[in-house]
Amino acid sequence: MSGLLSIRDLSVRLPRGADRSHALIGVSLDLAPNEILCLVGESGSGKSLTAAAIMGLLPGPQVFAEKGAILFEGRDLLRLSEAEMRAIRGARIGMIFQEPMTALNPVLPVGRQIEEVLEEHTAMTRAERVGRVLALLEEVRIPDPASAARAHPHELSGGQRQRAMIAMALALNPRLLIADEPTTALDVTTQKHILGLIRELQRSHGTGVLFITHDFGVVAEIADRVAVMQHGRVVEQGAAEQVLNRPSHPYTRALIAAVPTLAHSPRGRDFPCAPVLAVRNLSKTYRAAGLFARRRTVHAVKDVSFDLHRGETLGIVGESGSGKSTVARCLVRLLDPDGGSMVVDGLDMAALSRARLRREARRVQMVFQDPFASLNPRRTAGDLVAQGPMLHGVPREEAQARAAELFRLVGLDPAAMSRLPHEFSGGQRQRIGLARALAMRPTVLVADEPVSALDVSVQAQVLRLLRDLRDRLSLSIVFITHDLRVAAELCDRIAVMHEGEIVEHGPTAEVFAAPRHDYTRTLMDSIPGRTWTPPALEPA
Amino acid sequence: MAAFRRYLRSPAPVLGLVLLMAVIAMALCADLVFPRDPLALAGRPLQWPGTNPRFWLGTDGSGRDIAAQIFHGARVSLLIGVVATAIAIALGIAIGAVAGFYGGGVDTVLMRVTEAFQTLPNFILLLVLVAVFGSDIVTVTVSIGAVSWPAPARLTRAEVLSLRNREFVLACRTLGMGDLRLILGEILPNALPPVIVYASVVMAVAILLESALAFLGLSDPNVASWGNLIGTGRTVIRSEWYVSAIPGVAILVTVLAVSLVGQGLNDALNPRLKERT
Amino acid sequence: MKFLAYAARRLAASLPTLLILLAGLFVLLQFAPGDTVDALMAQAGGGDAVMAAELRRFYGLDLSVPERLAAYLWRLVRLDLGFSAIYNKPVATVILERLTPTLLLMASSLSLAFAAGMVLGVLAARRVNGWPDTVISTLGLIFYATPSFWFGLMGIVVFAVKLAWLPPGGYGTVGAGYAGLRLMLDIAWHLILPTVTLALIFLAIYLRIMRAAMLEVLNLDFVRAARAKGLSETRVLVRHVLRNALLPMVTLIGLQAGTMLGGSVVVESVFSLPGLGRLAYESVVQRDLNTLLGIVFVSAILVIVVNFVVDLLYAKLDPRITATG
Repeated sequence: MSGLLSIRDLSVRLPRGADRSHALIGVSLDLAPNEILCLVGESGSGKSLTAAAIMGLLPGPQVFAEKGAILFEGRDLLRLSEAEMRAIRGARIGMIFQEPMTALNPVLPVGRQIEEVLEEHTAMTRAERVGRVLALLEEVRIPDPASAARAHPHELSGGQRQRAMIAMALALNPRLLIADEPTTALDVTTQKHILGLIRELQRSHGTGVLFITHDFGVVAEIADRVAVMQHGRVVEQGAAEQVLNRPSHPYTRALIAAVPTLAHSPRGRDFPCAPVLAVRNLSKTYRAAGLFARRRTVHAVKDVSFDLHRGETLGIVGESGSGKSTVARCLVRLLDPDGGSMVVDGLDMAALSRARLRREARRVQMVFQDPFASLNPRRTAGDLVAQGPMLHGVPREEAQARAAELFRLVGLDPAAMSRLPHEFSGGQRQRIGLARALAMRPTVLVADEPVSALDVSVQAQVLRLLRDLRDRLSLSIVFITHDLRVAAELCDRIAVMHEGEIVEHGPTAEVFAAPRHDYTRTLMDSIPGRTWTPPALEPA
Repeated sequence: MAAFRRYLRSPAPVLGLVLLMAVIAMALCADLVFPRDPLALAGRPLQWPGTNPRFWLGTDGSGRDIAAQIFHGARVSLLIGVVATAIAIALGIAIGAVAGFYGGGVDTVLMRVTEAFQTLPNFILLLVLVAVFGSDIVTVTVSIGAVSWPAPARLTRAEVLSLRNREFVLACRTLGMGDLRLILGEILPNALPPVIVYASVVMAVAILLESALAFLGLSDPNVASWGNLIGTGRTVIRSEWYVSAIPGVAILVTVLAVSLVGQGLNDALNPRLKERT
Repeated sequence: MKFLAYAARRLAASLPTLLILLAGLFVLLQFAPGDTVDALMAQAGGGDAVMAAELRRFYGLDLSVPERLAAYLWRLVRLDLGFSAIYNKPVATVILERLTPTLLLMASSLSLAFAAGMVLGVLAARRVNGWPDTVISTLGLIFYATPSFWFGLMGIVVFAVKLAWLPPGGYGTVGAGYAGLRLMLDIAWHLILPTVTLALIFLAIYLRIMRAAMLEVLNLDFVRAARAKGLSETRVLVRHVLRNALLPMVTLIGLQAGTMLGGSVVVESVFSLPGLGRLAYESVVQRDLNTLLGIVFVSAILVIVVNFVVDLLYAKLDPRITATG
């Protein structure tokens, strides 16, 4: 294959003492000009390291390419000197990163950082460079390019920062663009624009793009061809249409089976009895105050009302800053609402005193987002689960017995109760967090992005567990998520939040099939790969 | 246990530990090896080290045995270092934890006071305290502790501040846990390791502060102190420079040992905190 | 504009701090056994009770504590530091006479510590865990553990007594009557040893912070991004790493200003420099509490001014600061 980039049998060594000897084993990839190759895999699969190997930026002397070749425009990059490699980086190969905030130097103006590429690789004069920077910022459609060039990174929005990064990577019209999870840190609507921009620029310049992602929706949106990585190996490679719809390798099949589908939304059910949770006109405002600073008020949550019935799951979806997490925190009174009521089984939680609230804590319990930060690293898993009941007067033995029972319920071995959190995987930790909340036998369970930090396959397992427990224990769940696929998979009803308000609210199937509010339509439209329906596959 | 093994893996902390043990041993056996008052006249003044087998580190300008003063001085330095550090760290943790946990007005007031303390050079504040309360050893120790708490307080506050909104603390809140239990049971155990490590810095500075005070003749004149000996050696610095040189090496070794142990502790305790990458 | 508002905010924030400090100290001094009058009487070789009472009235010592605190703070607002009975001059005059040597010593030590700490820190970080790093880090540890007065004394022994390269102390050649450039050179000549002595501990601290900051910044994403742009290693280091690594160094200047002033007490005493630090020591020995309080006031002002300048510098270096303020 006469491609732009051809990786042949590449193996990358890891330092002694790492959990495996090689980060990459016999990786072979091909990328043609004017083509987008998506490199997909879960965390630790070696996809980002592949990018680093191409750029010649493998970390440290102990991580190095042991064998193989990386042929780019007919030259083996592994055999080039540092100076030759530097002439290629930024000029022939551009790169964009996952987190544009940290990938930009915080103390330099954005324009200067783009200019640097031209300064290093061309003989352009200062004036020519400044002109080129403006043209580039124009091309990536940043509003007001002149002031964006003068701005520091923190003064731009996430989407604008990523546009600036793209301008920087494409400054010298490189033949190859490496994009390492470039939209993972962005909201869906912004993601849609950035994906569109990458696609468009790639088409007009005929660039080859190596696009690294963990999200099959994004793959469906943008890929011409797909390579799937697992444990440092490429397990499957082929045309996007084929890999997405007729995957052959068991691992690919398992991954795709784990992707939540938009098509079959859950049963619409009737809940005739009185709601277990009735939220009315909930409001929360933040005030930034200071001696000399101007006082600003931010309405994080405005007049939010909803009901939750026994055994029902209500999804609250929205982008960052929509106020969905503020609602969750108000429900468990980690934040005190400024107005409105939250009645649980006849008791208004919003009006309780601190002391009373502590006694009534069991009514509403929460599962947190971060599997690492949500467990005290110094307590054993068993203690973490038994802690809640013990605080409310359950004797130690009984609490421990209950904890053991809960361990079995969430699919963990009770023998592991004496272990510390760091000995568990991310998915297992989320199970512990769930057990901790369930130990209180809550009336309402609030789950704040409980699967967002997990890999797809683990995410699917935890979602399955949640659905299973909900049905067996008739749990009433408020499920906060930014991921519409996950919401579609699990929730009976959906409330869409935008700028602190619920703009649309209804049964999941209805909201997805016929969104009424403009914002909901924009949101639905932004779901990556919305036209692709993952094939029904038996998980391997 | 794992932390201890990590500690022993590199040579510098081990060296620090050995040196510190040696200084502690000197302090412990001072009374056995030199039972006489180290500040009493022992022999002819200004005998160079090695010239008289009775005084293997020589004698100072007042005819006192330098070796005896070094051994007894170790006791004073360590005692002042440990007690002053304990005072400073305890105060710092209490103030920092309350300020960081409750935030708001309490935090503002406590931090203003902390800043006030930090605005004043700590050695000058120490001079003021000694000028007001006198310079017996208890006053000096308490004063050193009293000028050293702001840094540990700020460190504790920063740690507590970052832990206060960590999800595991929020989870305990939603379980209905009270403030005291939250601070003592959940937050402090996770906030303390860096503060404990910082204690080594406080102790090193405390020893240096006391020696400087004693050097100026403003510390307790009735106890054998290394700084004091350096100060008395000043008058004969042009010829008998060893009188000042020897106790200086003792201070250097002690402070170095404390710093090395602190650094070793830091490296041994940190991987746990940095485990998540 | 935003920048100036930020500066004003920071300055205003330090006023209550200063007030707390001075009020606290004034109350503290009420615990002192004996006052200026006792010291004066002792110096004069005794006197009768009538004279003591009269002197007390003269110095305003017969009023109640709150009255005296109010009077004291009001005097400070007018920058009146009171009268030193020992020197028989206004405290402000005494302090002003002694200010220059201390400022010179601090400025030169700070520059030396900052510059050398930065260079050594960069060198150590460039070869992390290699031999230059080991040597530099070990030296840093030793400098940090050395009591400055002892280092000063040993400096005198080696460079003044044995080698006779440098003067053993003083603020200038006595009786030389130099003027102009010659005088400045003579002072600089006398300040070499004190500067190095005072700078050493701070050098160790700066070097450690610089090394750590370099290592941290080297691991950040934007450094990877800068390399991915094909920038040369020098440009990556100077433009991207150094500028960010300097931020904690600048913060440290503010934090260390007070400590440095405290260190000057000992160093000035070792090298017999007629500075503020030595004045502080003398006023403790002579129980001249008015002067001591004046020095405390001036030191606090100095530290606040240094911190103000550091804040401005920081805001210039880090554009994020004025935004979040």
